[in-house]
Amino acid sequence: MFTLAIVAPVVALGAMGLFFGLLLAVSSKIFHVDQDERLPQILEVLPGANCGGCGYPGCSNFANAVVSGEAPCNGCIVGGAEVAAKVAAVMGAEAEAQDRLVAHVNCRGGVNAKRKFEYEGIQDCLSASKVGGGPLACSFGCLGLGTCEKACPYGAIRVVNGVAVVNSDQCRACGLCIASCPRRLISLVSEKQDVFVSCSSHDRGPVLRENCNIGCIGCTLCQKTCKHDAIHVENNLASIDYSKCVNCGECMNVCPRKLIVRASAITSTTRESDL
Amino acid sequence: MSFTELFSLALGAILMENFVLVKFLGCCPFLGVSKKTETAVGMGMAVIFVMTVASAATYLVNEYVLLRFDLEYMQTVAFILIIASLVQFVEMFLMKAMPALYQALGIYLPLITTNCAVLGVALLNVQQELNFIGSVVYGFSAAVGFTLAIVLFASVRERLEFAECPPSFEGFPIALISASLLAMAFMGFQGLKIF
Repeated sequence: MFTLAIVAPVVALGAMGLFFGLLLAVSSKIFHVDQDERLPQILEVLPGANCGGCGYPGCSNFANAVVSGEAPCNGCIVGGAEVAAKVAAVMGAEAEAQDRLVAHVNCRGGVNAKRKFEYEGIQDCLSASKVGGGPLACSFGCLGLGTCEKACPYGAIRVVNGVAVVNSDQCRACGLCIASCPRRLISLVSEKQDVFVSCSSHDRGPVLRENCNIGCIGCTLCQKTCKHDAIHVENNLASIDYSKCVNCGECMNVCPRKLIVRASAITSTTRESDL
Repeated sequence: MSFTELFSLALGAILMENFVLVKFLGCCPFLGVSKKTETAVGMGMAVIFVMTVASAATYLVNEYVLLRFDLEYMQTVAFILIIASLVQFVEMFLMKAMPALYQALGIYLPLITTNCAVLGVALLNVQQELNFIGSVVYGFSAAVGFTLAIVLFASVRERLEFAECPPSFEGFPIALISASLLAMAFMGFQGLKIF
């Protein structure tokens, strides 16, 4: 009787386990779906953050698109060249060389910018920009309420002295901050580009002087200095043609407003603020 | 079982004896997958599917295997085995037969393999001594109750995102408090009696 009490459940459960195991084994053969064997291999090398930076809802959708030839091997912006090379290896193609992109905030206003009024509403840039055109006198500048900071999943962007600053080491170029900024101040630029015009204001010189201590007044000194025809003033704002710029820094030296800066210098300010 | 009996069984499982808010089963997905209404609906559909199929399968095994060999005390172990392999089987079947549905259920299907609500419904079917039809109806309506609760809670949480609350309550704490208020609201159904 005692042995039966032990043997019966062992046999019954064992038989059930065997039955279900066989059922699964057989059905895995019957219901086998021909999956591209490259699909799991690509998923393996992707970062798996499902950030959506590639334009697809998640990593597996991107992998699907790569296999079916819709997306390029280097479509994963976050993974950069490293992942692109691995994906290309799986697909049996050569990876196209691609510079790492980094987000850049085109404003250095912050504490230098004059305020029309003190804003005390919801601490969000979009909400603030809806109230009387925003608290800043400048209608182009960074509001500094940190909407981009909250949007960044990598902690790469933070508000320092009232203006958003990107730490280029941590930036993975997913583009979430670009979408979150109501003033469209953030752009993705190649990591190799070092010199930036940190202003987005198209206001004319006198108006701008009134609004901000640091913005571009459109004096065209930089345009005259540049030997590479890389910087031009249009609509009262200097802008750099990144395909021609060689990062020599001549324009930085002549700018009377000191608003042309090196990205490496900006990134170091975010590091100091960490301390 | 008569139709009225089945109806009161179903209504009881959805409202009075709601699995999440009254019986406190399946709290993990209830809190984990309720950040967006969309995903909550997906999860709810997957639970409805699995719980209905699982209550049918566990009833059959209990009736024709466990009871026959006097092994009722093995119910928990046996039911876990059945549910896990059933979900695996259903997943393979869906992948082949209905890829669209498989995509829609996505990750939620394997997630609920080890959900206590699914095991709970199988064990409650046995405790209440329901017949086959009763078990299936009870499993289905319990899952509908789960879906109702998680979708309600998800829409509450979506609004909470925009509410101003003290910093110490932000995020999970306020979600737990809202869950308790929701549970208290469901306690109001206790007085409901139809027949």
